[in-house]
Amino acid sequence: MVSAGVKFSILGLHVHYGKLCALRDLSLDIRANEIFTVIGPANSGKTTFLHALNRLVDLVPDCRLSGEVRLDGVNIRAGLEVEALRRKVGIVFALPLPLPISIFENVVYGLRMQGIRDPRLLDEAVERSLRESYLWDEVKDRLRTPAMNLSGGQQQRLCMARILAGQPDVLLFDEPTSGLDPISTARIEETMLDLKEKYTIVLVTNNVAQAARVGERTAFFLMGDLVEVSATSKMFTTPVDSRTSDYITGKFG
Amino acid sequence: MTPNRLRKLKEWLIEKAILLSGVFSVIFVLLIFLFLLREGFSLFRGESVGDFLFGKSWYPISDPPRFGILPLIMGSLLVTLGAAAISVPIGIAAALYIAEIAPGRLKEGLKAGIELLAAIPSVVIGFIGMITLGPWIKNLFNIPTGLTALTGSVTLAFMAMPTIVSIAEDAITAVPRQYREAAIAMGATKWQTTWRIVARAARPGMVAAVMLGIGRVIGETMAVMMVTGNAAMIPSSILQPVRTLTATIAAEMGESVQGGAHYAALFAIGIVLFVITFLINGVADLYLHRSRR
Repeated sequence: MVSAGVKFSILGLHVHYGKLCALRDLSLDIRANEIFTVIGPANSGKTTFLHALNRLVDLVPDCRLSGEVRLDGVNIRAGLEVEALRRKVGIVFALPLPLPISIFENVVYGLRMQGIRDPRLLDEAVERSLRESYLWDEVKDRLRTPAMNLSGGQQQRLCMARILAGQPDVLLFDEPTSGLDPISTARIEETMLDLKEKYTIVLVTNNVAQAARVGERTAFFLMGDLVEVSATSKMFTTPVDSRTSDYITGKFG
Repeated sequence: MTPNRLRKLKEWLIEKAILLSGVFSVIFVLLIFLFLLREGFSLFRGESVGDFLFGKSWYPISDPPRFGILPLIMGSLLVTLGAAAISVPIGIAAALYIAEIAPGRLKEGLKAGIELLAAIPSVVIGFIGMITLGPWIKNLFNIPTGLTALTGSVTLAFMAMPTIVSIAEDAITAVPRQYREAAIAMGATKWQTTWRIVARAARPGMVAAVMLGIGRVIGETMAVMMVTGNAAMIPSSILQPVRTLTATIAAEMGESVQGGAHYAALFAIGIVLFVITFLINGVADLYLHRSRR
């Protein structure tokens, strides 16, 4: 049943917020170790899509959802505890959100919640995940200082490290560079390209060029519909749907 | 006058009026303090500060009178600590429940109820404490009188609760939603998020809530006078009658001779109360500023 290399498979997913339909009959696969990018104008359902993958949509009171999302062949609403799912499928939000504690404590926060106390394990996890997010060299001498003192780009990489510390399978990025300067953006993108060796990455972005730079496959969402999904290089050269070409050439959006 | 100059004049007037109100509120506090000092200080011509603060007996109308307020300080302290021990845990828990857990309509209902509790006049709360709580405590512990420090603590806990709950609830609600999302997205349960993230981020506000609640308890007079039994002696347990600083002033001011030693002693008690409240506010302020940085 599980075709090799498929990480997420989504079958006929509908998401409604009250009467508003945010995602309509969505079916697609996300392959292991790829960078899957999602583009589309505002209100097209991109964020809803991400939040459906780790069940953050559950936090919205009047949200209804049908269809199925499978992670490694397991239905995420039936075969898995929600906390376990969220540890396997980490998310980095648009705005960097360090918790109001030290850098070190931010990184080990998830581990402490799982009850890991061994200081050696925690130290190791901090170094490993900060190296993976390319923040280690900048902060290794001030791990005990408040995370709020970091710059925006550093905070975002700290948020990545915080997720990585829990050794997830999938990383969801929700417009991770929308609040960052071009240099910080470039660093985050480089980091993502490295991380895909170990993780599956789903990147939602409203920066079309970013999707073209880092994506392997790209999906174009519009008003809750999946318009097109194909290899990124193909979508940006020969899109099938005229709405896709209009969007990526900047005619609307 | 051109419209532009008129507008400028208006701006100037408003600005100065606001400045004046600000300055006045500070001046009033200063004047109150000076008045207390002037009236109270004459006591210390015949009495040493040490005897006043640490004297074990308060017999203001015996001959010679004795003005030792240690029993009153102990009374206030005991009642306040008892009230805090009851109202802080319950108040913080209630605030967490209202802010984080209660669903929409229940939340509104609870908030309205708490605000109503704050609106009950203290004499009514004291009355209820005197006729229901007092006899109950008397029977429960089998003691000669139900009007004890414990009765005062329970009664005052009810009065501190609205302050604690509503201010702590505001602080919790003000914690950015994103903190919660970040924690939940990392696989935290609801309880872990509430306790480790929300409660921690809201801590300065919660400390302020507790301090203001305690401030209210220390300053409360009417209810405490009705339920604590008003015996000016050093209590050896929470089940004995006590008398607080505030109740002493309220009860004896009417029968003291203006300008006499008794009168001055009551004002000196006022100074002590003023200093205590000032310290509590100072601590709360210090904590708020330190955490904000």
